[in-house]
Amino acid sequence: MNTTFTLGTMHLKNRVLVASGTFGYGNEAAPYTDLSRLGGIVTKSVSWLPRQGNAPTRIAETTAGMLNSIGLANVGIDAFISDKLPFLRALETSIIVNIAASSIDEYVDVMERLESEEGIQGYEINVSCPNVKEGGLNFGTRCDMTESITRELRKRTSRTLIIKLTPNVTHIGDFARACEAEGADAVSLINTLVGMAVNIHTRRPVLSTITGGLSGPAIKPVALAKVFEVHKAVSIPIIGIGGITTWQDAIEFLLVGASAIQVGTASFRDPDAAAKIAAGMEEYCAAHGVSDIQELVGGLRIPEGVAAPGFVKTR
Amino acid sequence: MPVINADLRVTANDLIAEETWTLRFHSPELAAQLRPGQFLNILTSANVDPLLRRPYSISNVVGDECEIMYSLVGKGTHALSQKIPGDTIGVLGPLGNTFGYEKSFGTAIIIAGGIGVAPFPFLTRELQQREIPLITFLGARNSARVVSRGLANLHVATDDGSEGFHGNVIAALSAYLDDHRVENPMIFACGPNPMLKAAQAFALDRGIACELSLESEMACGIGICQGCPVERHQGERKFALVCTEGPCFDSNDILFQEQQHA
Ligand SMILES: Cc1cc2nc3c(=O)[nH]c(=O)nc-3n(C[C@H](O)[C@H](O)[C@H](O)COP(=O)(O)OP(=O)(O)OC[C@H]3O[C@@H](n4cnc5c(N)ncnc54)[C@H](O)[C@@H]3O)c2cc1C
Ligand SMILES: Cc1cc2nc3c(=O)[nH]c(=O)nc-3n(C[C@H](O)[C@H](O)[C@H](O)COP(=O)(O)O)c2cc1C
Ligand code: FES
Repeated sequence: MNTTFTLGTMHLKNRVLVASGTFGYGNEAAPYTDLSRLGGIVTKSVSWLPRQGNAPTRIAETTAGMLNSIGLANVGIDAFISDKLPFLRALETSIIVNIAASSIDEYVDVMERLESEEGIQGYEINVSCPNVKEGGLNFGTRCDMTESITRELRKRTSRTLIIKLTPNVTHIGDFARACEAEGADAVSLINTLVGMAVNIHTRRPVLSTITGGLSGPAIKPVALAKVFEVHKAVSIPIIGIGGITTWQDAIEFLLVGASAIQVGTASFRDPDAAAKIAAGMEEYCAAHGVSDIQELVGGLRIPEGVAAPGFVKTR
Repeated sequence: MPVINADLRVTANDLIAEETWTLRFHSPELAAQLRPGQFLNILTSANVDPLLRRPYSISNVVGDECEIMYSLVGKGTHALSQKIPGDTIGVLGPLGNTFGYEKSFGTAIIIAGGIGVAPFPFLTRELQQREIPLITFLGARNSARVVSRGLANLHVATDDGSEGFHGNVIAALSAYLDDHRVENPMIFACGPNPMLKAAQAFALDRGIACELSLESEMACGIGICQGCPVERHQGERKFALVCTEGPCFDSNDILFQEQQHA
C-alpha cells in the first residue's frame, strides 16, 4: 500500500503531520512516541527574535476543546538553528519550519536565514499574526497581505511553501486562491478560531488576553467545512487541521479534500496520538482494499442533485 | 528508565476526608522511578470531555503501587472519584522535578494548605529514611478536611478553629518559631497561591531557604504547549514552565501576580 505523498519538492512518508505549537520542537515528545512514524513535524512558530509569550493564564479548557493565548512564545531564529534544528535534522521524518512574524520583512528575514540551513524540507507560514505596520491587524484576515507574503516568500525558496490559513474570515476560499496564484505549494487549515471563556466567580475573562484561540474536537466540524470550501476553490493540495483526534477523523478530512492532515491538540492528550492515527489510517486502507490513500482525497459522495451551499464558490 | 504513557489498573480509590480521596494504581515501573515533588498527568476519562489530562502530585509509593490524593473540584476529579478497583486510568509520567530534599539543611519545615498536602507523605518518608528531622504545618478549612496520614510531627491549623491553631498555617508556623529553635531549616510548601505567597514573604523575612511546589493550568505536562508559565523574579527569561522546569521552585525565583487566580 502506498502511503507516501509528494508535496512540492518534499516527500512525505505518510500523510500525518504534527501541528505547529502542539509538538514543541520534537525533542520534548520524543520519549513518548516514535517520531519516525510521522509524515512530518511542523515546528512551533519561529520568529526572528525570541518571544517570551503572554502572561498566564494562557490555557482554558472548554467543552471538548481548549483556548490558548500562548503569544507565540518561541526561542527565536538563532537558538532555533543552534539548539533545536540539529535534533530535528537527524530524524527520519520531514521537517517543516513554521514561521511567524510581525512584518513582511521579518517573514523574509527568517526564511532567508533558514534557507542556508540543511535538513529543512519545507516552510509553513503562520499568517495569523498581528502586522505591526498595520496597527496590529492580522495578516491572515486580509487577502492582499496574505498574497504579498506568499509572493515575497515564493521568490526566495524552492523548498515546499505552505501557507497556513485562519478560519476567522468570511470567505476562506478567496485566501486560498490568492496563495495558489502566488505559487504556494499548499495551504494548511485551519488555525484556531477566536474564542473566549469567563469566570463567573471573579467575573473576569479566564485568559490574560481576554480572547484566545479555540482548538480540539470542538472545532472539527468547522474545520471540515472550511477544507471542503477550499477544496472547491483551489487545485493545490490542502493540509487539513482542526480537532483531529482519531484516524476516523483523519479519513473524514481526506474525503472532504485534504491531501494530508495535522494533529494538534490531540497530542496534549496523548503525545503518541499522531503515530496512532497514521497506523489506523493504514489499517483502514488495508481493510477497505485502498491501494493508494490518494483515492480517498476529495472522495466525498454528494448525492445527485444536491448542490454545494451557496457560500462555496467552485473554481 | 522508560517513561510511562499507559492505561494502568486502579487498585484502590477511597474517600479519606471530606471531599478528599486517594487513588492507587499498579505500576512497578513508575513506583521505581518516582521521586517526591514529581507529578503524573492523568487522563481522567476516555471521552474528549474533559479533554485534557489533569496533573497530580505523587502522594506516595507503596510496593508496586503509586498513590495520588485529590479533592473534588470539577469534571476531572468527579470522573476520578467514579473509578473502582479493576478500572484503568491513563497515566503519563514521571513528570517534573523533585523537591530539593538532597540539599544541605538541618530541619525540613513542611507547609501544606488544603489539597497541597498531597506530595508530603512521600517527602516525609524520604526525609525519615535519611533521618532528617522535620516539622509539618498543615492548614485546612476545618477538622473534617485534615488529612494527617503519612505525615510526621504535625501541627494543624484550621480556618474555623475546629482543630489545632485557629488561623492560617503561616501564622501557626510563625508562632511556633517564636518559641522554638530550629536548626538550619528549609521550607517545602505546597498549597493555594495566597498561601505560597505568604510562605515566600515569611521565608524571605526570616532568611529561611524555601521551595514552593506550584500549580498552573496545563495542557500537555511535557513542555510541548507552552501553556504553563510562571513569572520569574529575575534573569533573562521572563517565564519558566511549571511542567518541565518545576513544579518545585526556589521561592526567590517566583513573582506572584495579583491576577493569578487562587
Ligand atoms: C503540578 C500540579 C500538581 C497537582 N497536584 C494535585 C494533587 O495532588 N491533588 C489535587 O487534587 N489537585 C492537584 N492539582 C490540580 C489538578 O490538576 C486539577 O486542576 C484539579 O484536580 C481540578 O480538576 P477538575 O477537573 O476536578 O476541575 P476542573 O473542571 O478543571 O475545574 C473546575 C473549576 O475549578 C477551577 N480550577 C481548576 N483547577 C484549579 C487550580 N489548580 N487552581 C484554582 N482553580 C482551579 C477551574 O478554573 C474551574 O472553574 C495539581 C496541579 C498541578 C499543576
Ligand atoms: C497551545 C497551542 C499553540 C499553538 N501554536 C501555534 C503556533 O505557534 N503557530 C501556528 O501556526 N499554529 C499554532 N497553533 C494552532 C495549531 O497548529 C492548529 O492549527 C490548531 O490548534 C487546530 O488544530 P487542533 O484542533 O488539532 O489543535 C497552536 C495551537 C495550540 C492549541
Ligand atoms: S503544560 Fe504544556 S508546556 Fe507545560
